[in-house]
Amino acid sequence: MSLHAYLTSTSPASRRQARLGALYRAWRVLRRNPLAMVGLIVVAALVLIAAIGPALVGSPTAQDLVGRLRPPSPDHWLGTDTLGRDILARVVHGTRITLLTVALVAVVVAPVGLAVGTVAGYFGGVVDGVLSRLTDVFLAFPRLILALALVAALGPGIENAVLAIALTAWPAYARVARAETLAIRDSDFIAAARLAGASAPRILWRQVMPLCLSSVIVRLSLDMAGIILTAAGLGFLGLGAQPPAPEWGAMVAAGRRVLLDQWWVATMPGIAIFVVSLGFNLLGDGLRDVLDPKAR
Amino acid sequence: MSPLLAPSPLLVIDDLRVTFPTDAGPVEAVRGLSLTMGRERLGIVGESGSGKSMTGRAVMGLVPVPGRVTARRLVFDGIDLTAPGSVARLRGRRMTMVMQDPRYALNPVMTIGSQILEACHIAGLSGRAARERALAMLTAAGLGEPERVFAAYPHQVSGGMGQRAMIAMMLAPGPDLLIADEPTSALDATVQRQVMAVLDGLVRERGMGLILISHDLDLVAEFCDRVLILYAGRVVEECRPGELARARHPYTRGLLAARPRLDRTQALLPVLRRDPAWLHEESPP
Amino acid sequence: MIRPLLRLFPSLALTFLGLLAVTFVIGRVVPIDPVLTVVGDRADAAAYARARADLGLDRPLYRQFADYVVRAVSGDFGESVLTARPVIEDIARVFPATLELATAATLIGVLLGVPMGVVAATRQGRWPDHVIRVVGLVGYSVPVFWLGLVGLLVFYARLDWVAGPGRIDIIFDSLVPTVTGVILVDGALAGEWEVVADAARHLVLPAAILGYFSLAYISRMTRGLMLEQLRQEYITTARAKGLSETTVVWRHALGNAMVPLVTVIALSYGTLLEGSVLTETVFAWPGLGQYITSSLLNADMNAVLGGTVVVGTVFVGLNLVSDLLYRRLDPRAR
Repeated sequence: MSLHAYLTSTSPASRRQARLGALYRAWRVLRRNPLAMVGLIVVAALVLIAAIGPALVGSPTAQDLVGRLRPPSPDHWLGTDTLGRDILARVVHGTRITLLTVALVAVVVAPVGLAVGTVAGYFGGVVDGVLSRLTDVFLAFPRLILALALVAALGPGIENAVLAIALTAWPAYARVARAETLAIRDSDFIAAARLAGASAPRILWRQVMPLCLSSVIVRLSLDMAGIILTAAGLGFLGLGAQPPAPEWGAMVAAGRRVLLDQWWVATMPGIAIFVVSLGFNLLGDGLRDVLDPKAR
Repeated sequence: MSPLLAPSPLLVIDDLRVTFPTDAGPVEAVRGLSLTMGRERLGIVGESGSGKSMTGRAVMGLVPVPGRVTARRLVFDGIDLTAPGSVARLRGRRMTMVMQDPRYALNPVMTIGSQILEACHIAGLSGRAARERALAMLTAAGLGEPERVFAAYPHQVSGGMGQRAMIAMMLAPGPDLLIADEPTSALDATVQRQVMAVLDGLVRERGMGLILISHDLDLVAEFCDRVLILYAGRVVEECRPGELARARHPYTRGLLAARPRLDRTQALLPVLRRDPAWLHEESPP
Repeated sequence: MIRPLLRLFPSLALTFLGLLAVTFVIGRVVPIDPVLTVVGDRADAAAYARARADLGLDRPLYRQFADYVVRAVSGDFGESVLTARPVIEDIARVFPATLELATAATLIGVLLGVPMGVVAATRQGRWPDHVIRVVGLVGYSVPVFWLGLVGLLVFYARLDWVAGPGRIDIIFDSLVPTVTGVILVDGALAGEWEVVADAARHLVLPAAILGYFSLAYISRMTRGLMLEQLRQEYITTARAKGLSETTVVWRHALGNAMVPLVTVIALSYGTLLEGSVLTETVFAWPGLGQYITSSLLNADMNAVLGGTVVVGTVFVGLNLVSDLLYRRLDPRAR
């Protein structure tokens, strides 16, 4: 059987075949969306650049005070900043910081949100009341403000920035997971699992969470851009990764002083933030259309 | 051809096709349907997916956007409905449509009265005259407290009342043709006959044409002068209600046999078996 | 309106309490010993103990929290380390500037965003839809501080169409008596039209930048809500009645979409408060966002936490308002 026939078969012979088939079909739908493909390319490029880019460009911290504030040229494609550092090198190295931030936040936020949301939705009652209240409290804070407060307390730095963003981002996922759990809680297959003797944690882990996963993934991909922007905002205020780390938001802030005459110092890192955000947004929109077509 | 042909028929449809583009290629919801009707009550019966609703919408020009409507002839009282803009001028004035479920088919944030007034305004009435017509129609539709219904929101009235309001709204402009798309399917069984009787009475009183679209063969048989049976987008049989027992097409006979009877004990209801050959038949002339 | 308010009150109170709990914890998490900041690190044990007692830090944690809550409810957030004045006074001074900015931006967002969303929905798949979606998408992806800087570069430095950073020119500062704290209004009340014009010239760019974000969000949400409404049965009924497409879209569909849309707008106002933090920094706008940021850089925890509680409270308030509005507008929810 050819690969294509294997993946598109309407009567899969094994669970793996069914899963791969579903993934393949989802991929086909995604592929038809040109904007989503653009987003995918951007995100893939980001990962690629973060992986091998730093090896290809120069040093992000090498200063050259004689050659400072040079406009874009064949030597320095994006120009040099106030300390003569190559902006292209800094932007490329900055992709690692961006990717790290996003990945760390995602890795914290999705499991926590899933756990809280599914538990609240499944058990209901007092448990739900307490957890929902907790979720509401954190939802009551605009992300940046709470992040500011946390950083004020703990001090600046990338770890605290990640913690602050994660702390404000998880409630949305808990809400999504809770809504999904409530919708399937009374289903027959859950009742069947209970009758078969499955314990609550097992049901949650094996039945409920996988069903919430696609909503969480959609939410996550749509949120990525927001997380990047919040992190950049914190960086702009000087609260993220500290200098000389080439964090994009901080780079924009540094370029502010020379904005009027050497516009590229602030503009180039800003463009980087924009492009990456846009890529995640496009990809997120595309994934949402694939995984949750009713919400188009 | 039907012996009930009026001197100038109200509606003539010849080879109507409604096509929807899908990922798997174009799908024809209506495949070459033809009918002619005068000021009579015509019933169109079929199951889900038979194309009966689409037929009604095609006449009204309300087929949802990706769908395409083509026909050799689609003429209402001498007016060509395929000409651009012609249907829009007739809608709400000479042709109206009653929908299935008043909970969804009425605007939930507007009062029933204001919605009926809209229809009256289209008909050229305004101010007090419009309000009087609206209240008169509500009364004619069998509502005992027309002022209360007038001021109420759709969710505040029962299904039967809502449907009567819908009928009032669609008959207020005094149309020549009313298309009723499953008008009682969302109602309780006890209320269905009452509402149908109201609709029937009003239609007969005004000498209007009525197209009654339903999946309920008995309902259509009771309230129509002629019945068309639709299967897979085509007319497979046409007869008078009294002649249904002598229907010839196997699909019709299958439908008749599948209805539960109260006067006989049946251990098993016969299940309709579909012959793929029905998909390719020519419609009866 | 009163009854739903009363019914919502317990959950509101709990959320507010939670808010205070979070800020309380953050306040305690500060690694610097607050007692030392008061007595210095050369104080002897007795002075240290006295200072600790003065600050109330020797009491059990729950009592400290209770005191904190009582004080917060009465608006006492302590004194600012920087200005040595009660934090609440400082906040009251700077808050109107933020309100002015957020309100102007929301107006732009609604007046432009809603029609854009409607047009995008009715022309779905065609070029107006694509253009509007791209505009919205850019608004979602561009960092607000960067856009502000670019805006200043282009419209102030290069084109000189608008005034530069700051809320008003120095010559006009404090020229009009403060009635509402909103210079546009105070200036008009005092009849000082030059002041109003200058204030407007300063407001235009930051409001436009923030307004763009509001517009992006609102147009996207409007589009989604309108698409959902246009699929409903009552739209077909309206068309079957012979109503013009304009009436069907703007009276029937939008009328229904408005119900959840009002919630969206109220919540977007809250998001603007967040966006204003960065915008105020870029434009040197003396509002609450700038206050929190500069307090943060000066390690003025009382001010930061006080500002955080105020913003959080406004958020909760907005949620409440949108909930009540929803109930008023949707006849099914009354």
